[in-house]
Amino acid sequence: MIINKETLKNIAHLARLDFEEKEADKMILNMNKILTWMEQLNEVNTDNVMPLIHISREINVLREDVVKPSLSHEKGLLNAPKKDSNYFRVPKVIE
Amino acid sequence: MTNYITFSAIQNDLKSGKITCKSLVEHHLSRIESKKNLNVFLSVYADEALAKAEKIDEKIKNNTQGRLAGMIIGLKDVICYENHPLQASSRILDGFVSQFSATIVERLLAEDAIIIGRQNCDEFAMGSTNENSAFGNVLNDADNSRVPGGSSGASAVAIQADLCQISIGSDTGGSVRQPASFCGVVGLKPTYSRLSRYGLAAYASSFDCIGVIGKSVEDIALIMEIVAGKDDFDSTVSSKDVPKYTQNLTFDNNKKIKIAYIKETIENDALQPEIKTAINQKIAFLREQGHTVEAVDFPLLSVILPTYYILTTAEASSNLSRYDGVKYGFRSKNAENLEQMYKKTRSEGFGKTVKERIMLGTFVLSASYYDAYYTKAQKVRRLIQEKTEEIFKEYNFILSPNAPTTAPKFGSFSEDPIQMYLADIFSVQANVVGMPAISIPCGKDNENMPIGLQIMADFFEEEKLMSFSDYLIKNS
Repeated sequence: MIINKETLKNIAHLARLDFEEKEADKMILNMNKILTWMEQLNEVNTDNVMPLIHISREINVLREDVVKPSLSHEKGLLNAPKKDSNYFRVPKVIE
Repeated sequence: MTNYITFSAIQNDLKSGKITCKSLVEHHLSRIESKKNLNVFLSVYADEALAKAEKIDEKIKNNTQGRLAGMIIGLKDVICYENHPLQASSRILDGFVSQFSATIVERLLAEDAIIIGRQNCDEFAMGSTNENSAFGNVLNDADNSRVPGGSSGASAVAIQADLCQISIGSDTGGSVRQPASFCGVVGLKPTYSRLSRYGLAAYASSFDCIGVIGKSVEDIALIMEIVAGKDDFDSTVSSKDVPKYTQNLTFDNNKKIKIAYIKETIENDALQPEIKTAINQKIAFLREQGHTVEAVDFPLLSVILPTYYILTTAEASSNLSRYDGVKYGFRSKNAENLEQMYKKTRSEGFGKTVKERIMLGTFVLSASYYDAYYTKAQKVRRLIQEKTEEIFKEYNFILSPNAPTTAPKFGSFSEDPIQMYLADIFSVQANVVGMPAISIPCGKDNENMPIGLQIMADFFEEEKLMSFSDYLIKNS
């Protein structure tokens, strides 16, 4: 058992998710199943193997630093669930 | 109206005046209406498509039309189209309207393609059956009790049912090829970095590829020729020149080639017998033609899937952190403070599978487990890539099934996530290593469900991959 109630709670907090009890039990079950299955990788010898990080083989793609229009303020705010004329609005953070 | 297998036939009839763009759009709109039960389109841009068709008909009269005049295209709901809705089939993007178009879409529109609508898919492209959509199941048009595959399930059904000529999908682990095989159509995943990802809702960025689904290889070649290549908005795109794919579609059968198949992918008891027979027939045909087809060993086969799931869940957990209820989409009304707002928004907005993958990804990236899972998987990924490249030093293509079975019934994988993962077992290798792969139709099983053949090629060998596929479709 890699995941128990406590680790699930911690991971859920990191991921900013909440689970109700019944949902949590199912999640623990599935995650343990999947993580155990993932442990097959331990059978592969990876001594002296470098991690593969980039799949694109382009190197140092540079361009001139030219100012071009990007998404406008208005368009940026258009999809916000709550906003005023200039900002996204969220519940009060500072007391 | 005819079900046009190739776009060149459409263009001929446009030129001769037998049809117009407008009549073509009207035809597809009525097809979409009559096949509404398949649940393919989340939005249909009827008025807009008709208005655009009239303009393009004018252009055709004046002979100023683009190369895609008369091409009717559907977009999977992960591809941005300015001023049109986009939701990745998720509640969390309720009400979202794209503020720009994907580079691919810009290039299609510049050649006078008509975008007819937005297609259902698995939520954030995570799934193999299209059962993970917030908008409900998509039905396979060959048998409505079966899934269309996923995650670009609706995009494949749209081609199968002639609701559009081309669908633009995305393929992170087989999401274009596997539904193409379940629906009896053609689906191409290009080399990673061949097409711009700008404007594609991200799932796992080092795996994601935009892919093309169509009725014929030549249509896909035309789309590839137009959309591939460098983009100022995606620095990972390859700077390699884009070949004239449409001009090099003829396979030279006199030049004998070498084809490999990984032994366990075909000599495997879990493989549906009819699929095995269908693929063995193709192999026999190729040998008769004088080509070499040989079995090769690939001892890492069994670790490809777990490697894929460790890395994609990790990347997904990071990519999907942007959906927080602040900037766009859905926000829970049940929160009293900021932290609750994040948590409730995400918990109410995301579906079960997406949450599961975010949780797994967060776990494998967490401080105590990072090296054991994430770094380990990146190392194994390198080994898989190197071993695959070794095969291509000696062989031109790798043949395999697309999936262990034809399209299953709804609900087949609902209890065990690993069973669903296994549906991707043959398709993920191309994404893990970044190479191109295609699914082409390869007969039908005893219940008349389509079988797909997967062909994989070396980096940037789309040209050869497409000409070989076209040859196989037409001759075997």
